[in-house]
Amino acid sequence: MARTRLIQAIHDAVVEEMARDPKVIVYGEDVELSIVGDLRGVHEQFGHDRIRNTPICETTLTGMAVGLASAGYHVVVQMMFSNFLYTGMDAIGNQMSKLRLMTGGQMELPITIIATIGGGSANAAQHSDTSYPMLMNLGGVNVAVPATPADAKGLTKTAIRSKNPCFLLEPNGRGGELGEVPDGEYLVPFGKAAVRREGDAATVVAIGRMLKPALAAAAALDAEGLRVEVIDPRTLVPFDEDCVLSSVAKTGHLVVVDEARECCSAASQIAAVVAEKGFSLLKGPIRRVTTPNVAIPYAPNAEAHVIPGEARIAAAVRELLGRTENHRQGVPA
Amino acid sequence: MTATGLGDNPQRSHAGDGPSPAEALRLFETMVLIRRVEERLRDDSAAGKLPGAVHLYIGEEAVAAGVCAHLSDRDYATSTHRGHGHFVAKGGDIRTMMAEIWAKREGICQGMGGSMHVADISKGILGANGIVGAGLSIATGAAFGARLDGDGKVSVCFFGDGASNQGALMETLNISTLWQLPVIFVCENNGFSEFTPSAEVTAGRIADRARAFSMPAAEVDGNDATDVWRAAGEAVRRAREGGGPSFIEARTYRIQGHFEAESFVLGTGRYRSDEEIAGWRQDNDPIARFRSRLVSDGTASAAQLDRIEAEVLDRVNEAVAYAEAGQPADPELAETLMFAPEES
Repeated sequence: MARTRLIQAIHDAVVEEMARDPKVIVYGEDVELSIVGDLRGVHEQFGHDRIRNTPICETTLTGMAVGLASAGYHVVVQMMFSNFLYTGMDAIGNQMSKLRLMTGGQMELPITIIATIGGGSANAAQHSDTSYPMLMNLGGVNVAVPATPADAKGLTKTAIRSKNPCFLLEPNGRGGELGEVPDGEYLVPFGKAAVRREGDAATVVAIGRMLKPALAAAAALDAEGLRVEVIDPRTLVPFDEDCVLSSVAKTGHLVVVDEARECCSAASQIAAVVAEKGFSLLKGPIRRVTTPNVAIPYAPNAEAHVIPGEARIAAAVRELLGRTENHRQGVPA
Repeated sequence: MTATGLGDNPQRSHAGDGPSPAEALRLFETMVLIRRVEERLRDDSAAGKLPGAVHLYIGEEAVAAGVCAHLSDRDYATSTHRGHGHFVAKGGDIRTMMAEIWAKREGICQGMGGSMHVADISKGILGANGIVGAGLSIATGAAFGARLDGDGKVSVCFFGDGASNQGALMETLNISTLWQLPVIFVCENNGFSEFTPSAEVTAGRIADRARAFSMPAAEVDGNDATDVWRAAGEAVRRAREGGGPSFIEARTYRIQGHFEAESFVLGTGRYRSDEEIAGWRQDNDPIARFRSRLVSDGTASAAQLDRIEAEVLDRVNEAVAYAEAGQPADPELAETLMFAPEES
């Protein structure tokens, strides 16, 4: 166990997998200097044949991954910001997510695409999206959203060993956060959520970057006598439905916190699953706490206004449970 | 072993020389095989026997045959929506291809891909592709793998004049030159970008796009099998020897429409004249041209070539019978094939 930063955990996972499997090849824009920080020093360690800078050409970077994977390599593509996936979307939406089915199962595409998601850094709308809803809808790619250094390591290793396309979406602005990471071989399976805080008053599912404000809201609510259960799904595809449904069976209430825009968000999908499979467990409506259907603004105060934070999450839980601000003040209703 | 007996010896070709008599006969056989396959699909499509659309390669056979003559199963090729010819020339099995087009369980893709997506990974056929220009980056990625393997494999990207207007061409010309990848870009300029004459949507000479990256580029008569064979041999040898990428623009002509049954969507609209098509058919058929050369230079007798044609026709008929006798596709595969099973 060692205190490790989140980007360092991803780095360690990539390095361990590159050392384990000579077929692991890494490329992307500026990966040799590693501006994001998650691959720093890897080029010095492994050299040009294992990790290399590319031109800025996302259409080709994702497409080449399909060809290189077809040639027997396990490809890791660092795409920086998830907004750049839009530019590389043909090979994602038409090729890597579909070719296994379209070739009758002949093709295996072990591809890991790493990118950051989310705002909060005044990067403005073209560098701040949380773009996994479009990936989830494709059907043929895994989507991992680590929120802690330990999961960042374990999910990255699982992604690189997978035989299928996997998106490893780093929480923007959280790369420097420290957490305990188990030493050596540590893998986190896909499709297994983690209960980050136990409680019985309401279930809060918080995705990726939203885990931190959700835990802060849970702590605040605890002071008001509301014990909230906080679930980190860790992967959105596959999604651990059982974990969420068992929690809702206990609490009867569900709030889903998602930095993606409301329309067709992961929160919408999770709400739909619980409405369909857990309707009888619910004691009230499901609440989604999401970014509204807007582009992320530049100004930090405007950005904070649209991206879900602790206050909005706590307010949603209180509202669900029929609490008012007065409860918080300790004043009888 | 390829379906045509072609492509088992990548060391065979020598730039400047033409194909040996045995190689020339195999080239002829491949072209005829593609033609008979496509004619059968044309007729069965018109008769309503096929579940989906087909985009046919009639008139362009010399390109696939001339290029793939230099490849073996371990080399890679990406193809287009007009991909049957590449599949056949690269050694794909016409029985499983026909079964695929007939949407049968015995299809090479178990009926999940269809005409526009025939692929045989075991033969390096990375797939026909329904997205115009998608093969450019896939072939380049496979070439990167071949370069890393360092064992002389090459990757061929077949694409059309339509795809030459996609930005991905510039990107892949750039990166393949920078990284000296063993990829051969084969532009089949068949004159039409779907339903629009190429000249209306394409500026400049297509091969010049490669020259802008200092990539060796050849412009050849795509209806001359020997011309294609020679240019491809040089490009493949360069790639195998570590000399990096090459570009070939093969000028040819699409005899059939963009897809069969296009008359239904065109209505009274026309994008070319019947006389133009008839002219290419009569005066510039790649198979007729190659056949008369084989006879005139004494490579083969007319009777010998007739025998090859008859054998090929039998094989095509047998393949269609195989396809027609096949089982319907398994609909549940759609749910089970999306992800490869992970090792536990």
